[in-house]
Parts: sequence; C-alpha cells; structure tokens
Amino acid sequence: MTAARKLRAWIMRLSAIFSGSRNYREFANEIESHLQMHIDDNLNRGMTTAQARREAILKLGGIELTRQSYRERNTLPMMDDLWQDLRFALRQLRRSPGFTITAAIMLALGIGASVAIFAFVDAALLRPLPYRDPARLAAVTESVKLFARANLSYPDYLDWKRMNRSFSSLEIYGGGGGLIDTPTGALPISSLRVSDGFFRTLGVTPIMGRDFYAGEDQPGTGNTVILSYQGWQKWFQGRSDIVGQNVTLNGLPNTVIGVLPQTFDFAPRGGTQFWMPFHAKGECDLRRSCHGLDGIARLNDGVTMQAARAEMQSIAAQLEHQYPGDNRGQGAAVDPLSEIIVGDIRPILLTLLIGAGLLLVIACVNVSSLLLVRSESRRREIAVRGALGASRTRLVRQFMTEGIVLVVLGGLLGLGIAVTAMHVLTGLIPEFMMARTPFLIGLGLNTHVLAFTAAISFVAVVLFALTPLLRLPMGAMRDGLTEGSRGSAGTLWRRFGANLVVLELAIAVILLVGAGLLGKSFYRLLHVDVNFHPDHLAMVGIMVPETLYPKPEDSVRLQRQIIARIAVLPGVESVGLTSTPPVSFNGNTDWIRFVGRSYNGEHNEVNMRDVSADYIKTLQAKLLRGRLFTDAEDNTKPKVVLVNQTLAKMYFPGQDPIGQRFGNTDLAPNSIKQIIGVVDDIKEGSLDSQIWPAVYYPIYQDEDNYFTLIVRTAQSEESMLPTLVNTIHAMDPGIGTADPIGMEQRIHDSPTAYLHRSSAWLVGGFAALALLLGVVGLYGVIAYSVSRRTREIGVRMALGAQRSSVQKLVMGEAIRLAALGIGAGLLCSVGAAMLMRSLLFGTAAWDAATLLSVASILGAATMLASYIPAHRAASVNPVEALRSE
Amino acid sequence: MGERADVWQGTLALMVLKTIELMGPQHGYGIARRIEQTSGNLLSLNYGTLYPALLRLEQEGSIASEWGISENNRKAKFYRLTRAGRKQLEKEAHNWQQTTAILDRFLSPAEEQA
Repeated sequence: MTAARKLRAWIMRLSAIFSGSRNYREFANEIESHLQMHIDDNLNRGMTTAQARREAILKLGGIELTRQSYRERNTLPMMDDLWQDLRFALRQLRRSPGFTITAAIMLALGIGASVAIFAFVDAALLRPLPYRDPARLAAVTESVKLFARANLSYPDYLDWKRMNRSFSSLEIYGGGGGLIDTPTGALPISSLRVSDGFFRTLGVTPIMGRDFYAGEDQPGTGNTVILSYQGWQKWFQGRSDIVGQNVTLNGLPNTVIGVLPQTFDFAPRGGTQFWMPFHAKGECDLRRSCHGLDGIARLNDGVTMQAARAEMQSIAAQLEHQYPGDNRGQGAAVDPLSEIIVGDIRPILLTLLIGAGLLLVIACVNVSSLLLVRSESRRREIAVRGALGASRTRLVRQFMTEGIVLVVLGGLLGLGIAVTAMHVLTGLIPEFMMARTPFLIGLGLNTHVLAFTAAISFVAVVLFALTPLLRLPMGAMRDGLTEGSRGSAGTLWRRFGANLVVLELAIAVILLVGAGLLGKSFYRLLHVDVNFHPDHLAMVGIMVPETLYPKPEDSVRLQRQIIARIAVLPGVESVGLTSTPPVSFNGNTDWIRFVGRSYNGEHNEVNMRDVSADYIKTLQAKLLRGRLFTDAEDNTKPKVVLVNQTLAKMYFPGQDPIGQRFGNTDLAPNSIKQIIGVVDDIKEGSLDSQIWPAVYYPIYQDEDNYFTLIVRTAQSEESMLPTLVNTIHAMDPGIGTADPIGMEQRIHDSPTAYLHRSSAWLVGGFAALALLLGVVGLYGVIAYSVSRRTREIGVRMALGAQRSSVQKLVMGEAIRLAALGIGAGLLCSVGAAMLMRSLLFGTAAWDAATLLSVASILGAATMLASYIPAHRAASVNPVEALRSE
Repeated sequence: MGERADVWQGTLALMVLKTIELMGPQHGYGIARRIEQTSGNLLSLNYGTLYPALLRLEQEGSIASEWGISENNRKAKFYRLTRAGRKQLEKEAHNWQQTTAILDRFLSPAEEQA
C-alpha cells in the first residue's frame, strides 16, 4: 500500500521533469490566488493595503522560498538537473555543429577500430575452444631438432598411450585428402583417420547415429565413417536416413555410422567432412620412423601441462634408448591445444589491437584538446555561471554531461563502424584461413564486445570530464570576469594542450613506423627469390585411388600417360609432376646416410620430393651441376637423385657431390641412390621459411598416389586450368583432381602472405587515420594559439615586426612541437618494433629507411598544417587586432 | 533535525487530510487557516510549507485538485479527498491514536501505579 503510493509519487515526479515550466506557471497562479485571499482577509481586518500584502507574504514564508520547496517536491531534483544538463549539453553541441561532428567522427573511428579488432581478439583468444573443458586439452606430438612440433609415428603413439600416466586419454589424427565416388566421377574430400576415442576426448557426441566404439580403430572392424554436419549437408543433402547408408570412399565401401553437431569443427584440420577409424595399414603406419600423425590428449585431474610434458619427454627418452635407430633425437612436445590453434595469429591480433588502441588514444586526445579549446573560450560563460551561484560540482557535472553526450554519440557511430568492419573483414578472410579459424564464424556484437565498448567509452568520458576540470580552479572563475584575462589564460593551455599534441604526433609516428615496417616486410616477402619462375605455371592436385591402380607399375604407367596427354595440349610448353609443389612447407622429409662415411646415428633430415623428369625444367629452376633425370629412369634403372645447393654445401663443402651415394639410415641396398645433379635452392617451404637441404627422386622410382601436375603455359595459366582438369577426368573419371590454381595466385594466397598482407593493410589503415588525426590536431593547436595571440601579434607588428618574422614565430612553435613529437615517436617506435619483431620479415626493427621516411612524411604534413595559421597570423592587420580588444 | 521534519511532515499530512474531510473541497489558504484555528492558534504555521505537503499528497493520490471560485469570488485551486485518501486518513488516524495512547502511558506512569 505505502509502497504503491510511493511508486505513484515517484512516477509523477519523474514525469513532471518533462512537463517543464507548465507546472511552475500553475503554481505561481496558485500562490497569487493564495496571497489575494489572504490580503482580502487582512484588509477586512482593517490593515492598509501595503500592510496587508506584507503580512500575507511574511505569513507565507517568502514567495521564492515557497516556490523553491515546491519545485524540489514537484520533481526529482537530481534527475531534473541531469535532464537540464542534458538539454543544455545538446544545445551547446548543436550550437557548434563543426566541433560536434568532428569530435563524434574522431571518437567513432577510434572506438569502431578498437571494438572491431577486439571482437576478433575475443573470438580467437578470449573465448574458450568449443570443446568440453578445453583448458585440459593438450596437443601432443614428437619433436625434433628442425621442428619443435613434428609428427608422431603410430608405433610411438601406441607406446606413449600405454606408458603415460598424465592423460586420461591420448588420441591421434592423421591423413588428409581422399576421394568420393559420385555419378559424375571421383571428387576430392577432406577426411581424417582418427583413433577410437577422438570425439570422446574432445567431448563431442554425434547428433545422429553413434560414435566409434572402443577398439573400432583396429584393423578388421569394418569400414565405418562419421560425417561432419557440413559434409552431411554437402554430399547427402542432409537426408535423414543417412546413418547405415554406404558411401564409396577411395574406392572402398564405407558405412555411415553418425553425424556430428553443426557447431563442431576441429580447427587444426578445419573443414574435415569425413572421419574414419584409424585402421593401421600399409608400410608407413607400422614403421616407427614414419611420422605422419598428430596427437590430442586430455590431462588427468590434477596434472599440469608442464608435468605432462616432463613425463612424455622422459617416455620419449626411454624409447630413444630402446630404439636408437628409429628414435634418435625424437623428443616430445605437449602444449595447450589452444596454442596450436591460435598461437600463429596471437601476435598479429595483439599488434592490431594495440594499433587500434593507439588510434583511439589519438582520437581521445584530439577530442580532449578540442574540449580544452572550447572550455577556454567558454571561460567567461563559466565565470558568469559561477558568479550566479552555480556550484563547482554543478559545473563539473555539466562538463561531464557534455562528455557523455559526445561519447555516446561517438560510441554509437563507432559500433556501427565496428559491425561493418567485422563484416567486411570476415568477408575478406579466404576460405582456407576460415577453415583454420572456425571460431571466427558468426563473429559479431556479443556481451564481451559490448562490455568492452562500454569500458572504453567510460574511460573516454572520464578523460573528457577531467580535461575541462583542469581549467576550473575556483580562483580562475573570478579572473574570467575581469577584462584583461585573455593574455594570461593561455599559459595553462600552452603548457597542457601543447603536450597533448606532442603525444598525438608521437603515437602517429609509432603507427606509421609499424605500418611502414609491416608493409616493407610484406614487400620483401613477395619478392623473396623462390629460385624458379612462378609466372605462367598452372597446377592441379591429382589423387589416384589405390583400388584402381594397385601396383606401382600401374601408377607409373598412369603418370606417363598424364604427361603425354597434357604435353600435347595447345598452349602447354612443358609438364612436370611432383609429390609436393614448391612454396608449400618444409617437411615430408627423409633421413639419409652417405655411403663411405662414418655415421654416428644422427638423423640427416632433408626435404624429399618425388618429381618427374621435366619438373625442374618446367619450373625453370637452374641446374647447377651434373644432369637431370630422363623419362626412362624408372624402377628398372639404377636409383638416382638430384640434390639442392644447400645440401651440396652442407654435406659436400668444397667437394663435387656428383657420383656420391646415400641411402637410408641402415644403408639398405635397395635404398642406395647416386647423386647425378645439383639444382638451385627451390623454395619448398613457405615464403618466410629457411631453405632446407632437399633431395629430388624420380617419381617413377617411388610410389605416389597423390601428386601435383605443374604445367608451364604460353598463355595465361588460369585459362588453362579447366582444360587440365577436364583432360584428367576424360582419361579416367575415377581419378580425383583438387585445387586447380596458378602458381603466382597460390603464392599470393598462401597463409604467410595472407597474414603479412592483412596485418600490413590494417596497421596501414590505422596509421593513415592517425596521420590525419595528428595533423588535424596540430593544425587545431596552432590555429588556436594564433587566434589567442592576435593582439600580441598586432602589438609586435605595430612595433615594427616584419610579417616574415611573425610567420617565423608561429612556424617556430609548430616546428618545436612537431620535432618533439616526431623525436619521441621515433624512439618509442623502435621499442614498439622490437616487440613486434616476430611479425617482421627481412626488415630490421630500426630500419632506417622506414624511420626516415616516416619522419619526413610527418614533418612535411605538420609543416603544411602549420603554414596555414602562420600565414593567417602574418596577414593580421595590426590596427584591427588592437582595436578588437 | 531530519527526523523531526519527517514527523512534522507526517502529522501535517494527517492534519491536511482531516481538515479536507471535515470541510469538503478547500483551497490551500483555507486549509492553512483552518489548521491554525483548529489548533487553537497553538500552531503557527508558515503557510508556504503547506504547498509541498499538498503536492506530495496529490502525487501519492490521496487528494486531487481543480481550479474553482472561492467564497469571495477569487480563482483558487481546490483540493478534495480521493477514495484512496479517505482510506489513508482512516488508517493513519487510527495509527496516530494508538501511538499517542501508548506514549501517554509512558509519559504519565504515576496514574498507572496509583
């Protein structure tokens, strides 16, 4: 009852805030009528008119006081003030639309950039992986000298699984491509072979059908397959009776036993559609020295990542002792699973976040200095309001309200920018990157992002409220009213506002240097010498099902046929085959041991590629010594090999490698090959990788079911791609083709190039905005300072100063500020660049050319920005300048 | 001081409600005069303090107001009791009587013992 009454009263008071002055007019009438009645009574009691009125007002307790207490009860005074402040702030901002729009746009840019980048950081680094208790998941692999994270071999995996006490489960995944039979021929699929507990370890259950049962990964349990949701939709149109159906994969029938949830994706192999039980088979799976698998594990309760790593390393050491031939140098690596998923992009995202943050700082500094200028020009208004009784807190609140209105305006605009930017940026992420970062799908405004927006807005509000506060010492309020106040008022401004510009310019320098270094790294990366000619090269992946070509002779015959068929196509200049195309990765290695040399058992790890006779010629890579293969060199001929220059230098310094022989670690007779030539260091790994020693075997002397066709074309390579694919399919619809692409395009699209390009462009964008804002800020500062010193300039000129010396005076101030800002910025940016060293390629953090060009660009821009006000100062008419005061 | 003001406000509200109940619709000046008279001029009231009290009662829905013409032909705002106000008056009058009765026992205990 009372609560209801109180609520009613509160609502009435709240609504009275908005009914404005109507209530007060009515109350004035009521008081008037009250006084009239009282005066009438007093007159009746015989008082004089003056007496009657005086007594009535006295009895009322004063008209103004009554009004005041009525007003306080009529509305909620605090809210009323707030509403008044708000209306006042809006009026103030509307009165200077130039200031309002500039400030709001600056804030919107800063907030928008920060929020958009934060959304990526949140999705990639803050939100947990979409698996059960993801912090307990580890990525487990072997580790060798060349790779901190190498692959597991199946026998090692079995021993690790048996011996460890750290993990509640240890699972493997491996494999990659595959073929599916469709009515139109074989098509490539992405598939993985996994051990039985893979999905249980991740904590994922199929939405239809069942998971693999324990032991289903052992050979002889029947061919089963689990589909990803996307695979189910893509290949089977989401038909509801899919479980139990047969599907032909790699030429073999498989039974579909389950479908995974729509939200599930395994980021280390994003986009995998077919999941098959491991079923160890073939020579590699059973050989301890054949490493092709990756492991995931769930930590036992109470076991830390470090403890697990230590245990696995000791197990690896045990196995090394037990199998010295196979396991020499094979350690163990145990890392959080999240590390291998987002480890690569973490430094880039953090760099971008810092970049966006710096941009936001510049925007805030700019707006603060604009506010400072405004508060300076509103000194008199403030002084008048203070003199009329506005309390200091009331004035502070007024400024805060203005700050809040600006920030809200900028924040809303900024959110709009952020949403657009997120949309555009995710749209720009190519499919292969998206597959590796499935957590970016569905990026948008969530509570984290909104909370971040609120937090940075709050900081901005505090900043903007504090800025004019510095201008509000009580004494100064009185000074504001006195006449000559203008001269002295500038000192604090000059001390404080000017420093803000130095900060702003310094940040602009940091961003520009960062962008310059990243841009230069990207340029360097794209101009890395790959030691072959990547133009006019078309490439197509070819998958040959073992079921159709079971024996090595069959695939050699097919390879010869393919080369012959493609070579006669119009526009084809030369044709090559390779097991792994260049500019892919360092890996697929072989361990070699030289004949006739002492051997201490260490693994001489070299990149191994099986290539056809014309491959080197097709790439237009240089043959440095000896000869290339002939097409006739197959299994019926002695085994031969080409080595790259790095191998020759490393193992044959000052010697001629031609004619030397090497084999596998046991020097098994059938593994011995003779070196017949040395080729240039073809870039096998990614653009930013080192050149490894490499060996090239004749593809006919090895077994390859998956290889890449590389064709040098006379015309545009892209236009040849459809013809190549069609020709292969025409030969045998059972052969699968994958990823037809031009070599240059492939290099351009490679993850390395992509990451460098996107970070260079984004930081470049931030830097351009920072440059713009910084220069606008400097212009504002100088222009304002000139406007304040008009009288001083007038006096100087009246006393005989030349226009040129006035211009020099103003330019001098600008140069001093710019030099300070640029100098401080250059120092900081070398520090900043050291922090982002890992993102640079072929570019030093203190790259002089970048630092110099940034300094000169910013120097020139600041000169331009200060020339305009300096020129204006120089054209001051001294007579008018003096009269205007 | 704040507490005393609260007590004063509470009692003032009760006086206003009772006065309106007895007099029927009445303007602020009339109510003020009547309260003074009823108190036997023991209460000397600043008439101005009445208006926030009236406003509060109106906001709480105990009274309603409209403009009318006074006995000597002046435009005045008249306040009348609403149904909720009548209930509140009943309840608060009862509460007040109880309170004073209890306080009475404390303040004049001699009679009790005798």
